[in-house]
Amino acid sequence: MNENIDMDKIRELKRFAGRIRQETIKEISAFGTGHVGGSLSIADLLAVLYGHEMNIKPEDPQWADRDWFVLSKGHSAPALYATLALRGYFPMDWLNTLNRNGTNLPSHADRLKIPGVDVTAGSLGQGSSVAAGVALGLKMDGRNNKVYLVIGDGESQEGQIWEMALFAAQHRLGNLIAFMDYNGLQLDGYCQDICSLGDAAAKFKAFGWQVVDVSDGNDVPSILQALETIGSKSGKADGQPSMIVLHTVKGLGWSEIAGKPKSHSISINKQERDQALAEVQTMIDAA
Amino acid sequence: MIERTLENERQEMRQAFCQCLLDLAADDERLILLDADLMSAIGTKPFQEAYPERTVDCGIQEANMIGTAVGLSLTGKIPFAHTFAPFMSRRAMDQIFISGGYSKANVKLVGSDPGITAMTNGGTHMSFEDMGIMRNVPSMTALEATDITMLKWMMSWLAQNYGMQYMRLVRKQCVKVYQEGTHFQIGKAVQVINQSGAEATIIASGICVAESIKAARTLDDEGIPVRVLDMFTWKPLDNQAVADAARQTGAIVTAENHNVNTGLGAAVSEAAAGSCPVPIEFIGVHDRFGQVGDQNYLAQEYGLTAKDIVRAVRKVVDRKHQYLQR
Repeated sequence: MNENIDMDKIRELKRFAGRIRQETIKEISAFGTGHVGGSLSIADLLAVLYGHEMNIKPEDPQWADRDWFVLSKGHSAPALYATLALRGYFPMDWLNTLNRNGTNLPSHADRLKIPGVDVTAGSLGQGSSVAAGVALGLKMDGRNNKVYLVIGDGESQEGQIWEMALFAAQHRLGNLIAFMDYNGLQLDGYCQDICSLGDAAAKFKAFGWQVVDVSDGNDVPSILQALETIGSKSGKADGQPSMIVLHTVKGLGWSEIAGKPKSHSISINKQERDQALAEVQTMIDAA
Repeated sequence: MIERTLENERQEMRQAFCQCLLDLAADDERLILLDADLMSAIGTKPFQEAYPERTVDCGIQEANMIGTAVGLSLTGKIPFAHTFAPFMSRRAMDQIFISGGYSKANVKLVGSDPGITAMTNGGTHMSFEDMGIMRNVPSMTALEATDITMLKWMMSWLAQNYGMQYMRLVRKQCVKVYQEGTHFQIGKAVQVINQSGAEATIIASGICVAESIKAARTLDDEGIPVRVLDMFTWKPLDNQAVADAARQTGAIVTAENHNVNTGLGAAVSEAAAGSCPVPIEFIGVHDRFGQVGDQNYLAQEYGLTAKDIVRAVRKVVDRKHQYLQR
């Protein structure tokens, strides 16, 4: 483990992940329904990125030296919105407007509406290529900004992911750091029953990427360790792109749906919300 | 009397296209060229030699090329992306629509070998629908370059104006229609011929402009004066020019190397219906797929020749007079 990261920092990031989960649940339940499962599975990653890893200035979202973040599995935007609000990119009460008429927070993140959202994505596969283009543009300009990309395992059924994978390796986008939220589920059920991705780490290795396979992708120290392994802070813009495969649990934090099919886009009533919030609070208290 | 002489351009369009890119790149270091393994086909290898670090040949992956171009534009680059018109429009449309249009990016899309000019690549590679598809993307600018003089102006306009823009480009030989220094403007059709007492207006685009000029000569010999507009700017369309044509000449023929049902015929009909509905005849492809053949054969096969335009003008003028007699 990185000597610079002490136990206090890990505890802080775990609590941040819990807060992201709680705000995500409140945000979706305020509207009544939404993409709960895939939002909860990336909460720990978002906590690490926005609480430690990325070079950002919430008060200046367009800061030229910032690291870029691309949520290609765009339906998990509620978790990103919770993260951005908690970091102060926009007021917390925006979260109550998710998907309401005239909102700034639509189902899938929109760069034109939301401070801190660099890339519009949600039509699956597309954010990945835009992230590669951003990484290429930054590299052409000799800049040191990193591009952090999150794709899904279900999303990786899209051919565009693999076009991008070839392209990023060919153009040596060492400034592109991707994560796969490998939660094993998609809208219609288990990925392996529908169109199995198999060994994602081996596939990306074969495509020329630097890969780390994280068996518990919801574990904050494991995510930090993976970033250290790929040398995310010291890496050069010219080099292998990186893929960190996070084996996660869809819906983690709310036992009613965690790891189960039909956790993709569901409704949350008040009783369920209170139960889920209490469960997450237990996680936070135990951190 | 129509004095215009028609000769082929001395250069192929692709040679002029590459020269424009070189000139623009020399003036603006933000210009980037992307392609999907058709650089040799569109003749941009000299650009790659001059600017290897600003050339991105993505390989055969149009969807990723468009996403990459969008990403480059978000970092302040000015990307030009080329592939054949059918691949740009049919294959990469969701990327153009969402990554590009919906997120208000700045990419210059170049679709070459449109319609029958795909010749022996035809069938699979023949696009009669690219402009119609592009017309459906909100805020998209959709242009068709008529000749090299217009192409030079258009390339400069694309480089200087932010937004998602599509340029339809013949790859090889074109007929020269415009003299150097001709003034063009987005959203403004060019009045190529305007005879006094015009009985009809031919509203044409692309390779059909030269055919329309030939048709106008024949019609002039027959005593039917016409107006010819080059509607290179499909979106934004020159609604005023359509309204003026309808009011002043009372009949319209559209002529396009494209499907009529989503193309220039449809666009002009929409404009005329909103201002001054008049009889319209449609030269273009009528709900058919492409096929192989040389350009003359295909022009006859799909009814895109000067003779077809002449017949359409006679017919539309007859229809106009029938209406007027009622």
